[in-house]
Amino acid sequence: MFESLSNALQRVFSKWGKDRLLTAENIRDGLEEIRKALLEADVHFEVAKSLTEQVTARAVGQEVIAAVKPAEQIVKLFSDVLTEAMHGEPPKLPVLPGQPAVVMMVGLQGSGKTTTTAKLARKLKRQGRRPLLVAADTRRPAAITQLQVLGKSLDIPVHAEEGPGNEERAPQICAAAVARAKKEGHDVVLLDTAGRLHIDAPLMDELARVEKLAAPHVTFLVCDSMAGQDAYASARDFHGKLRLDGVILTKLDGDTRGGAAISVKQVTGKPIVYIGTGERVEDLDDFHADRMASRILGMGDVVSLVEKAQEVVDEEEAAAAAERLLKAQFTLDDFLSQLRAIRKMGPLKGLLKMMPGQLGQAFEQANVQEKELGRVEAAILSMTPQERRNPGLLDANRRRRVARGSGNELSVVNQLIRQHEQMRDMMKRMQGGGMLGKLGKLFGGGGGDVGGLAGMGGAAGFPGFGGGGGGRAQQELLAQMQRGGGATEVKDPDEEARRRAARKREKEARKKNRKRR
Amino acid sequence: MIFARLRESLRNTREKLAGGLSRLFGLKRELDDAFLAELEAVLFAGDLGPAGRATIEQLRAEYRERKLKSSDDVRARLRALLRARLGATVPDLRRAASGPTVVLVVGVNGSGKTTSVAKLAKHCQRSGRTVMVVACDTFRAAAVEQLATWAERLDVPIVRKEAGADPAAVAFDGAEAALLQGIDVLIVDTAGRLHTRDDLMQELGKVRRVLDKKIPGAPHETLLVLDATTGQNAIRQAEVFTQVVPLTGVILAKLDGTAKGGAVVSIRERLGIPVRFAGVGEKPDDFEPFDPERFLDALLEDGGTAEQGDGAP
Repeated sequence: MFESLSNALQRVFSKWGKDRLLTAENIRDGLEEIRKALLEADVHFEVAKSLTEQVTARAVGQEVIAAVKPAEQIVKLFSDVLTEAMHGEPPKLPVLPGQPAVVMMVGLQGSGKTTTTAKLARKLKRQGRRPLLVAADTRRPAAITQLQVLGKSLDIPVHAEEGPGNEERAPQICAAAVARAKKEGHDVVLLDTAGRLHIDAPLMDELARVEKLAAPHVTFLVCDSMAGQDAYASARDFHGKLRLDGVILTKLDGDTRGGAAISVKQVTGKPIVYIGTGERVEDLDDFHADRMASRILGMGDVVSLVEKAQEVVDEEEAAAAAERLLKAQFTLDDFLSQLRAIRKMGPLKGLLKMMPGQLGQAFEQANVQEKELGRVEAAILSMTPQERRNPGLLDANRRRRVARGSGNELSVVNQLIRQHEQMRDMMKRMQGGGMLGKLGKLFGGGGGDVGGLAGMGGAAGFPGFGGGGGGRAQQELLAQMQRGGGATEVKDPDEEARRRAARKREKEARKKNRKRR
Repeated sequence: MIFARLRESLRNTREKLAGGLSRLFGLKRELDDAFLAELEAVLFAGDLGPAGRATIEQLRAEYRERKLKSSDDVRARLRALLRARLGATVPDLRRAASGPTVVLVVGVNGSGKTTSVAKLAKHCQRSGRTVMVVACDTFRAAAVEQLATWAERLDVPIVRKEAGADPAAVAFDGAEAALLQGIDVLIVDTAGRLHTRDDLMQELGKVRRVLDKKIPGAPHETLLVLDATTGQNAIRQAEVFTQVVPLTGVILAKLDGTAKGGAVVSIRERLGIPVRFAGVGEKPDDFEPFDPERFLDALLEDGGTAEQGDGAP
């Protein structure tokens, strides 16, 4: 579909000459590519322009860091600027003696207010607070019932006043709910207001009256992460009418790049506090500006991927596998446990989304199917323990048996064995090339980089993965191998001297760039 | 009369886009690269995305070849290019050759499906057809109640089951009831689902298959409800949904705000899926067949209200 940002940047910077400094001229085309990427990610065009200017200001005069390439250096700068632009301290929900803290939820129709209100109430309850939900959406059919159903499932009481004549009474209902909460000892009240257009003056006035009567301590704007350019105007108008304290970004479990996040933050100056990541009530996570920046730039949410991997990978198991790997004794059993770890990480699609743009696309093109991983697992399980430890035993007869036993085509089994061999060979080569240290780092830090483990299969072409890709650590590793730099053996002393000089220059460039900030 | 309302609702859209455009054109300013860059910004503000950029690229090329000489030339050319991208119009709902016409309504969460179903029901009622609605959103809390409230208000029969029931089973019951009662139009409401959720997309495919099995050829229309405030992700939504349930059109909801829904231009152009209806308010009557010509009129030409527009924010 769109040319991915990294491709575009590589193209733009491929003709980079001998320039040692970044100048407005030599980075112009690259910045333009990033500006386009921001627009495609739905960042408001004025915001995109101003961010690009900020990056230009910061970049011009920097020294080129040789190992990083100008493209990566610019992306890093952009990512920093985006991260800073989205960073903000979340508002504190006060604990008040004998009085409830009031939280008001506002937003456009369909942004996800009611679901988010329930999610937030659940979060607060788990923090030991006693929330009261308030059905202040008196307009949408069955909105009250929706909140009541959610409240019941969470065992959180809901204040609602139904019946004719109450449609216009949202402000009074909210005020009554706050009074009730005080009487009944609730320490948090969450007001679920009706969705409305920011240009609907009567309804915006109604919100202002709710604000006046219920005196919320924290007001959240609930914003759909798929929103386009208009997110800017609507957030601006809500902020103009009310005192917003924070933003909750919803539906981030989709594949939107979510550029609206930065538009909304810029125009309101209010931090994004939570993100909605699914339909279940527990799917409300803290917002991380750096991850969002990667996502907006289409570089994937690698950090989240690694974190997710950490959640499911057994550290000891991983360490043991790593050790065997280093000894080139990587068996199909190890393969299987990796496979399971990957499957445990959740739907593959969700994982792919978090990967850097190009990789995600590569996988998508390879048409990765959950089912295929299941097939591979079945094939391995159809082997005897001896066969798994020593795949060399698997002659044609045995392979046919495994295929039959696992309901697979013979080709699947053949492919699996071939890929396992490739993987093992790669490990051997790495050892030979002095890559041991790197590899150790991959698994080191007590599983701190297990993203690399999950990705490892990708290098040799994990069955069903169509080859290519993996975690960030692994990418670096591969990049190192391709560059032939770093840990590979250096024989020519002149070459080494040159390298040393280059490294020194680089170090100084980095130092200088740091000082410039 | 019908379009008076649409035009009214599009006023804000127009103020933004046309306001910006008319200001640009109105000044009779010199035609130069900066002018075209501003034009590009105006199209971007309308969420036209890559379609907007491509249009501007073409204008720019024609300008360099000296085919465009005045701002009037640009105005006419821009309109023609956008019109071409919007493609041919599609008449009102298709009708089944015999038996009930089945309309499947799909979309992501919060796009406005249930409200659109109610509006579509009203639309069909106006042309004298009997309508029945089916509540296949058995997942979201109180979604069935929401549709039931509309059904009551519009006085149309509803087929429903308990929360958590299999949507395909509800669809089956709906098709059966429609056949039995000789209903003209059966409108099937489905749960909102993000197009990235494979399992839920498969579930949708099953609903479609069940309808087809019960009433061969059904659904006769599969409409994707798009929120006009959605940005470029709308294209992805259309792309993925149409793979699972081949779409025959788009309902562009929430056009009564300041959002432009410009992503539909790319959807029409790349996927060949036309916009069929526009949702322009919260009442069942706030719903009109979509007409690209008038859409562009409203977007590009009404200079009368342009001065009031604040242009690009």
